[in-house]
Amino acid sequence: MLEPFFRWCESTLIGSAVAESVWAFPILAALHLLGLCVLGGALLVVDLRLLGAGLTGQPVARLARSARRWLITGLLTMVATGIPLFLSEAIKAYYNTSFWVKMITLPVALLFTFAVRERVAREEGGDPGVRGKVVGAVSLALWFTVAAAGRWIGFS
Amino acid sequence: MIERLLGWLGETPWSVALLESLYAWPLVESTHVLALGLFVGTTAMMDLRLVGIAFRGVPVQAFTGRLLPWTHIGFAIIAATGVLLFYSQPLRYYHNVFFRVKVLVLIAAGINAFVFHRRAHRNAAKWGADAVPPRAVRAAGAVSLAAWTVVVVTGRLIAYNWFDCDLQPQPDWVNWAAGCAVGSE
Repeated sequence: MLEPFFRWCESTLIGSAVAESVWAFPILAALHLLGLCVLGGALLVVDLRLLGAGLTGQPVARLARSARRWLITGLLTMVATGIPLFLSEAIKAYYNTSFWVKMITLPVALLFTFAVRERVAREEGGDPGVRGKVVGAVSLALWFTVAAAGRWIGFS
Repeated sequence: MIERLLGWLGETPWSVALLESLYAWPLVESTHVLALGLFVGTTAMMDLRLVGIAFRGVPVQAFTGRLLPWTHIGFAIIAATGVLLFYSQPLRYYHNVFFRVKVLVLIAAGINAFVFHRRAHRNAAKWGADAVPPRAVRAAGAVSLAAWTVVVVTGRLIAYNWFDCDLQPQPDWVNWAAGCAVGSE
């Protein structure tokens, strides 16, 4: 049902330009990875803290506030590079199970991060209780799934 | 000499099995990539703190004391999987320009980290709580950020065979950089 839309995606100016260029896809993929590093670091600093590890001496709320801009920087980098990467091989993506796993978990992870995790982190001070630990673990699990499925797109 | 050694290594049964495996190689490669989030991710957060543009309210010693163990775990994963990936195709990677640049910059990043911990970090008690650390510390953070950026980008580009020795003709500098033996046939 969505296939015509994916065909259209691949025929867009950006999609075909990236697909036809030798360097565009590799460079975008490399930048996508740099975004992953920033996103991963910003997530881990707070999630580890919620789980009672990492920067344990620091209040969760302060860490989360400081990490927020890097979380968003990483996310925006990944989205800005991920869209042209997708457009260049949209039809392949349409028939790729990993792509769909990623696209279903990604909005869940985003929603969880900004609607639940952010609120909980803001309220946590010293030692996160069960709620904080669960939120940290769920956040890591969700983003791990997004990243793993994302990597697997290229293998399946 | 080294070519013969790597050639032999690449023909060992385990190397061949890993390269030709349906799932093992992709799993090792995926682990290598995902560990970036842990290793380079936590490294980058600490570097941004050293540069003085992130986590200004958190003492640097908190990063080097509490977060660094996680960076080390990330490094162990990424190094182990990296060695396995190299083992799967030693000769190809040895002659890959991006791999060569990556290894050189990797060594530079290691030296930078070593020097930082040996020198500036020794008296972190003095400046660790400063929102913007001293110049030498900021320099170490900036060098680290730049080096790991190059390592990640060149690491990703290893996948491409644009400059491989068996794709001739190549410009002289490429054959030099990749260590290709050409013109002898």
